Amino acid sequence: MGLNTSKLPNGPEMYVGEGYGLTQIEKVIGMARANSIWPLPFATSCCGIEFMATMASTYDLGRFGAERLSFSPRQADLLMVMGTIAKKMGPILKQVYTQMAEPKWVIAVGACASSGGIFDTYSVLQGIDKVIPVDVYVPGCPPPPEAILDGILKIQELIKNEPLRRRESAEYNDLLQSYQID
Amino acid sequence: MAEANNQILSEAISAQFGSQVLSIEETYATLDIVVEKSIIIPFISWLKTHKTFQVNFLTSLCGVHFPEQNDRELSVVYHLHSFINNIRFRVHVFLPASQPEIPTLTTLFAAANWMERETFEFYGIKFLGHPDLRIILNVEDMDYHPLLKQYPLVDATRTDKDDKYFGR
Repeated sequence: MGLNTSKLPNGPEMYVGEGYGLTQIEKVIGMARANSIWPLPFATSCCGIEFMATMASTYDLGRFGAERLSFSPRQADLLMVMGTIAKKMGPILKQVYTQMAEPKWVIAVGACASSGGIFDTYSVLQGIDKVIPVDVYVPGCPPPPEAILDGILKIQELIKNEPLRRRESAEYNDLLQSYQID
Repeated sequence: MAEANNQILSEAISAQFGSQVLSIEETYATLDIVVEKSIIIPFISWLKTHKTFQVNFLTSLCGVHFPEQNDRELSVVYHLHSFINNIRFRVHVFLPASQPEIPTLTTLFAAANWMERETFEFYGIKFLGHPDLRIILNVEDMDYHPLLKQYPLVDATRTDKDDKYFGR
């Protein structure tokens, strides 16, 4: 008996004895969530094309447990915003976000989703964090599949280490309130 | 079918409308015709129903802003095309910024409907008689006409740029 890393890839630390392992439920749930992400691709431009390459055989996002894309926000864990979001699209994006069930994460893929990119102009939202909270930003115009995978790995780290009660915390509620999301 | 080319077309226009046609120039084999605002609809109507020219297609309609031209600040440009004669040309009308009004072309071309809404949205040009002159592309609560040059091109809500490096 002793402190071992579990035999699961990137699994939590646990005390392993004969026929049992002892760890925290928070860590087990984190591991389960991180390795079964259902992403909702919200692709509006060229970053979406890079995402298609990320999903396809060479890069294969399925290797990270995100095989199953959800095209319904109600069944998705991760909102992947890939591309320019016009101001007119802003309320629609926010509606998609509010339709997702907790816990949920957001990744802004590419310069446009992160900051408006080259479109510093009257019609384009200057970053999706003007309307919804964002967990991970992926830079690039567009980012290559490797960069998107790196963003997914960062999201997985966030998910693994998220405290179970984070979504009930005052900080999290304040964050949503700052975006006028109930 | 009678012959039609740029020369025949410009001569026929001059003969029909005289001094109400302010200028006709040819650039890169395409005519630029500047006409008085008052004749724009009869002018395009005459071209459309003309036996030879049969200008049957409105390719595009847009606005332009020239802030330095006194009393001719705004312009409406009609791109017209005769499929039958394979002739394309542009018709320009100038308007003062103080009275940006022009009759609608929707009476002749249904295609003008959305194009005029777009031109109204971006330049504030009012198309008199248009069936539904609402803005069409931007957010519904857009409260200015963004392509008029007195408004800055860059977005005021941008936060990640250092003005020092981007000339703002």
